[in-house]
Amino acid sequence: MEQHGLISKIGGLLRSGEISCTELTKKYLETAEQENGRLNAYVRLTPETALKTAAEVDRKLSAGEKLSPLAGIPMTLKDNISTSGIETTCCSKILQGYVPIYDATVWSILKQQDAVLIGKTNMDEFAMGSSCETSCFGGAKNPHNTERVAGGSSGGVASAVAGNLAAFGLGSDTGGSIRQPASFCGIVGFKPTYGAVSRYGLIAYASSFDQIGPITRSVADAALVYDAIAQYDPMDSTSSDKAAPAFSSLGKDIRGLKIGVPKEYYDGIRPDVKAALENALKVCQSLGAEIVEFSMPSIKYSLPVYYILACAEASSNLGRYDGIRYGTLTEHYADRDEMICRTRSEGFGAEVKRRILLGTYVLSAGYYDAFYKKAQNLRGTLVKAFEDAFSRCDVIAAPTVPMTAFPLNFTARDAVETYLTDICTVPVNIAGLPGISVPCGFGSDSMPVGLQLIGARFSEPALLNAAFQYEQAAGDDVFRALETGVAR
Amino acid sequence: MNYELVCGLETHVELATKTKIFCSCTTEFGGEPNTHCCPICIGLPGTLPKLNRAVVEYAVMAGLATNCEISPVSKMDRKNYVYPDLPKAYQISQYDMPLCRNGRVDLSNGRRIRLNRIHIEEDAGKLVHERGNTFVDYNRGGVPLIEIVTEPDLRSIAEVEEYVEKLQMILRYIGVSDCKMQEGSLRCDVNVSVRPAGQEAFGTRAEIKNMNSFAHMVKAIEYEYDRQVDLLMSGEEVVQETRRYDEESGCTEGMRGKEDADDYRYFREPDLVTIRITDEMRETLRAKMPEDPQKRLTRFGSDYGLPEADARLLIEHRRIADYFEAAAKGTKNPRAAANCILGQMFARLGSEAEKERFDVAVSPERLRELILLLDAGKIRMNLVKSTLEKMLDSGKPASDFLNEKDLAGLSADDLKAICEKAVAENEAAAADYRAGKGKALKAILGSVMKATRGRADPQEAERLLAELLKK
Ligand SMILES: [Zn+2]
Repeated sequence: MEQHGLISKIGGLLRSGEISCTELTKKYLETAEQENGRLNAYVRLTPETALKTAAEVDRKLSAGEKLSPLAGIPMTLKDNISTSGIETTCCSKILQGYVPIYDATVWSILKQQDAVLIGKTNMDEFAMGSSCETSCFGGAKNPHNTERVAGGSSGGVASAVAGNLAAFGLGSDTGGSIRQPASFCGIVGFKPTYGAVSRYGLIAYASSFDQIGPITRSVADAALVYDAIAQYDPMDSTSSDKAAPAFSSLGKDIRGLKIGVPKEYYDGIRPDVKAALENALKVCQSLGAEIVEFSMPSIKYSLPVYYILACAEASSNLGRYDGIRYGTLTEHYADRDEMICRTRSEGFGAEVKRRILLGTYVLSAGYYDAFYKKAQNLRGTLVKAFEDAFSRCDVIAAPTVPMTAFPLNFTARDAVETYLTDICTVPVNIAGLPGISVPCGFGSDSMPVGLQLIGARFSEPALLNAAFQYEQAAGDDVFRALETGVAR
Repeated sequence: MNYELVCGLETHVELATKTKIFCSCTTEFGGEPNTHCCPICIGLPGTLPKLNRAVVEYAVMAGLATNCEISPVSKMDRKNYVYPDLPKAYQISQYDMPLCRNGRVDLSNGRRIRLNRIHIEEDAGKLVHERGNTFVDYNRGGVPLIEIVTEPDLRSIAEVEEYVEKLQMILRYIGVSDCKMQEGSLRCDVNVSVRPAGQEAFGTRAEIKNMNSFAHMVKAIEYEYDRQVDLLMSGEEVVQETRRYDEESGCTEGMRGKEDADDYRYFREPDLVTIRITDEMRETLRAKMPEDPQKRLTRFGSDYGLPEADARLLIEHRRIADYFEAAAKGTKNPRAAANCILGQMFARLGSEAEKERFDVAVSPERLRELILLLDAGKIRMNLVKSTLEKMLDSGKPASDFLNEKDLAGLSADDLKAICEKAVAENEAAAADYRAGKGKALKAILGSVMKATRGRADPQEAERLLAELLKK
């Protein structure tokens, strides 16, 4: 497996001495600085931290020390992952100036493995949005076409990785926030099983859905990063010790693999997207996989269940931003209530306010049973539906998004219309399953289309292997077009 | 018409764990503001709670000690409200699945106070008002609490007092809390209503929040009882509301009206997993629990012949009760051991905190040696006290002082000689006694005791003197 993926390739160059980590880091920093005006992928560059780590990696390399596969690799973190000493704002005005005093577990792991942080990347405010445009810094652009969005909410990471401003990045996926921008930008986005990666230090949007995962240029890279960060963390009670290493299991053939195709996922998707997906399924069949068609009627509840439960949790998680301990306090107020009210009115953007209000409403006395409780019950129904599905097949294949990247400012027109674009990604978060988006061609607008593969809980090794086999087989057709040239 | 008082109590008790409920910060009382804090207990963005296992164990023990059913499955919930001393804008508590249910505390008058539930939750920080500013101190934020909720079963102030005292005794006893009202580790919300005597239906209740002193609680209930009775007598209605007690005026006053009724938007805390208590865990904890203090009280009467008042004082602090039993074990004079503790040892311990620690220079084994010397007649009852004083001062065993002149035994001959001398030296008193004034003997006995520096057995000396004076 050594030869596969960008990370292994860069690692090889570093180990062979063809390039020093300091040179490599400088190159990425320069590109990031030059390109960021165009892409707005980064909201903060961290050259000092990056060059310090790079120097340390060079020292270790020359001393012949054994290094982790991620050592010296230029990477980025979404701006909702806490980095001690580095401002972390969730791209919200209310958190501007907030510098955490502790590291998120995923960042301490990567730090320990000498990964090189180039900067913090753009996102929808508090991870709420599907286009990255709710960011207080303005949206990230799609490297394939800067008139299009990079997707959301982890749009900055996807834009940085697709535009070669970082070799990989970590995003967070609450309802599709890793997979959707990866699909829009033509790269790989992987959301692991809920609990496989620690959430400690991830600034919460909706706690029972949030999941950190890698955004990379290949499945092999995703597996490598996943193996590093999928560790049991005593600081997160919902963290599990069941995660098995995935990288080493890549490369097994998928003859006889049953790929489930629930028809509801394909209803109403754009014809060119559907064509790309059908093509992808043919590639899988040519590898010996078997297509199993069935129906999952409860999929239709996914969106309301997701928006009710996620907004309920968000309304509670975001209650702490009152300007008292951190964040931007309003300037004019008469008493404490007004101080908190004005701080929140001025600090939060429209989308965040909309979700806080929705969440507060569905939890209120008198509405709780009709909305929250009902949604909780339906969540159980969906979990069960997936269990049934995985008794018929090994992985599910679905579109990641029923369309390609939208033009800029498209989503501002209609919030509900935008919510509908999450239809294929949210079921995975509701059921806590692993899901990966792999590029599978282009739409009629020449924008990338993503194939989503979904696995049973903690089936990462098999799921990533299936994605890897497809990627390898489709490689020449799909990836040549996506290759925009890095670290050659 | 006669009105009956109906009370229900919600008691918040701070658990005596070393660390907070969701992080490893210390729970120690006081400290410079915001020094017992970490990213978790000040609710920094991205932090997650981690449930302290000891908190669950202590709460289960509190449940077992009050005859509760322990829920095999329970969960934590979020209670959402905005207040600056609550760093996350929600309190992690338990709503519909408390850890313990259906317990009871029995009162001495035979009435049974039913406990609806015991649940665990976190404490908030506190606001400090200074120089016209308000500051927040989060040292107490995240300190573990249990909330013990009774049914409206209390019918008098005396019952309320006995219930809270009993609860304090039980919880201190099993070591889950020090229950110090003055330090806020035990606080009560009291629900008060009245109804005409004999009526079944409850009246409308008012809740008096945050009582942290016995005296104030009694006054608040008295005031509230009178207020509600006055209202009803004059044909008005009691309004359901939350009231606070004003210490200066001695009155309760309404805090907020019905219109802003609380809506805490409770929902399951998604950052914490389900709490499961297996039968095995429950029984292991049960086995670790000390004897029920009520049973021990009865046993102290029957096994050691202690008067109830003395037994109660010993039992109030488990460490002292254990000390007593170790000292009295196998002796013929357990009451002497109790007197040593309640007399000289207590005299040296000023505060309740010192009693709680019970840090004395004499080990229970050493006290036992002293009582065994008494049993063997090697030391007289009247010298136990002065010997113990020496032991407490020096930390040495009683046997070290046996050979001292002052403590050495007195032979019968020596005593007789001293008594004869005393009669001779107190002619007037001797004459009075012979003339029928029995009291006069005390004066002569006094000089005998003085001459022997306390070594004489006063009863023996008195008998001898009476014999001499008959002649
Ligand atoms: Zn703490």
